[in-house]
Amino acid sequence: MSNDYTDMWSSLGLNLQAHQGLLGVLSDAYENIYLSQQNRPEGMEYFDFVISEVHGQRIVEIVNKKIEGKPIIGTFCVYVPEELILAVDGVAVGLCAGADVGTDEAEKYLPRTTCALIKAFMGFKLAGLCPYVESCDLIVGETTCDGKKKAYEILNEVTGKVYVMELPSMKNAESKVLWKKEVHKFARKLSEITGIEITLERLKEASSIVNAKRKALQRLSALRSHDPAPISGLDALLINQVSFYDDPARFTSQVNGLCDELEERTKAGTGIAPKGTPRVLISGSPMAIPNWKLHAVVEGSGAVVVGEESCVGERNFSTLFDRNLSSVDETVDAIADRYMTINCACFTPNNERLGDIKNMIEKLHAHGLIHYTLQFCTPYMVEAYRVRQAINGGRFPFLGIETDYSMEDMGQLKTRIEAFIEMIKEGFRS
Amino acid sequence: MRIGGIDIGSRYIKHVVLDGSQLAETYKVETGYDPLAQCQELIDATRPDALVATGYGRHLIANGGGIPTVTEIKAAARGARALFPTCRTIIDIGGQDTKVIHVNNEGSVMTFEMNDRCAAGTGKFLEMMARALGFEIDNFGASCENNGYQQAPVTINNLCAVFAESEVISLISKGIRREAIAVALHRSIASRVASLAKRVGVRQDVVFTGGCARNPSLKAMLGERLGQDLLVAPNPDILTAWGAALCAEQSPP
Repeated sequence: MSNDYTDMWSSLGLNLQAHQGLLGVLSDAYENIYLSQQNRPEGMEYFDFVISEVHGQRIVEIVNKKIEGKPIIGTFCVYVPEELILAVDGVAVGLCAGADVGTDEAEKYLPRTTCALIKAFMGFKLAGLCPYVESCDLIVGETTCDGKKKAYEILNEVTGKVYVMELPSMKNAESKVLWKKEVHKFARKLSEITGIEITLERLKEASSIVNAKRKALQRLSALRSHDPAPISGLDALLINQVSFYDDPARFTSQVNGLCDELEERTKAGTGIAPKGTPRVLISGSPMAIPNWKLHAVVEGSGAVVVGEESCVGERNFSTLFDRNLSSVDETVDAIADRYMTINCACFTPNNERLGDIKNMIEKLHAHGLIHYTLQFCTPYMVEAYRVRQAINGGRFPFLGIETDYSMEDMGQLKTRIEAFIEMIKEGFRS
Repeated sequence: MRIGGIDIGSRYIKHVVLDGSQLAETYKVETGYDPLAQCQELIDATRPDALVATGYGRHLIANGGGIPTVTEIKAAARGARALFPTCRTIIDIGGQDTKVIHVNNEGSVMTFEMNDRCAAGTGKFLEMMARALGFEIDNFGASCENNGYQQAPVTINNLCAVFAESEVISLISKGIRREAIAVALHRSIASRVASLAKRVGVRQDVVFTGGCARNPSLKAMLGERLGQDLLVAPNPDILTAWGAALCAEQSPP
């Protein structure tokens, strides 16, 4: 990092020594995994910069917002309505949960057999390594999976800032009523902590910011359908990860700028890998920053990742919200409905997700599907079976991966993924 | 043209050279602490015209020497089909992993499963248990046969090498004959591997390969659980290296 942020980190209560170590590891990993890629689009420079300042410049901005009296709202899930946070002039940040840090601390509170993502958000907080969580006025949890909802109880004991939204487990009429009530309640909570009344005008403005962001991400996703792929899966994943904590308007304009460049690339027929390179769709558990493990292995083995059916990916932006309603209540209801279109494995049944995967395979011209689950992420682990059956009755190339953030299974993972890519290539010939 | 395949496994490096389609030379050496040097020594001795590397250590040699690689999954499938053209399922129990591979009628890999990241139910596990019971690994399977494996009075519940060893020790201290414990250990592996195979789907014919395929008891117990005889190559250790050599033939480096 170019500037010295030690005073800021210290005032946020970070563990300076451990934090310095984390930044070192992160910067090395970024150099090895990202900066070593060939034929990257120039537009990635902005995102390289964002990553280099992930705990620097962006935190300065957030701290300044805080000084202006704007609320900083931390989230862990794409079900938390960003429109409402922006409507009270808040800053929405997806909190750190993608690295194996603070595990010893986390395991004082959580069983060892907890998924890596949950352990990580507890670890980041307990080890004093996440300036985002330290900046938060409110941390919004949700009842998506058992591990998360029980961990939020403990996170609340530690921070006293956790607010949990009740997400139903089904998508029937009664559940949708419950969810609408939850979204209204969240809106009231935001008004209460900020003293800002959510007006129709504010909602419209906030929705248009979020909508523009989702449209830009949709545009990026569509460009990945080209062969040769104009952008690597790693870079696209990074952009999706950054979408959770960057300033939304600036982010949107940068993504659109990058997409202009990618459009030029597709016209010229240039890509990050030769035409005909095996194309892989990844589906399953979310990949929080800096979890780049699977993409790095896949792309290091001679394939390109063309999409993520994931919360850090398609599920985050596939539905827009552009309804023009005449009252605040109706608009909040419609926002709640928009979020109910996200097809997470925490719902039963969740047949719509199977349809989403099939559509993505077709739209992105994928040759194979890797189903990715974090170990102990039961909803996705179990749903893997139905996904496999759904895609071409089990005949479409499918690989189920169950892993965590550690590197101890890298050898085996490489073998499995390389064999999968060999399998796809043989399929081409026959 | 003399074509080489080298399979750098976690326990042993296997190297074959084919002269045309005939197996000309085979080698098996311990992987040890400097596998690259071991490989170099082997290749210096055989000097094949083309070479493909496979196995756990394939990237080691590839990065060092510009040698093409294939995964041990593809190589095992190629090797098995070369020897047994009708095979559709390959069960490969190596030093540190177990694989079940399903190939189509043309021999292309359709799907595969591997054991979890630990060594439970692999060759290494067998080796450790043989040592705990004072058997030579080469006689470990035969020791069960002598005992008549149908009559095993005990079971081993753990497949974790560490816990299984404690279980073995506690059985020894109860005065159970070591041959009976050996039977129980083989049974526990056979049942684990059979369930992995059933997950992939068992299609005839089934080839059993990897170093563990030398173990007659494991072969019999596994065959019994899968309801069919398993085909085993005369020298199952080198089947994957052979398959790698055949991949070289297909696309010369």
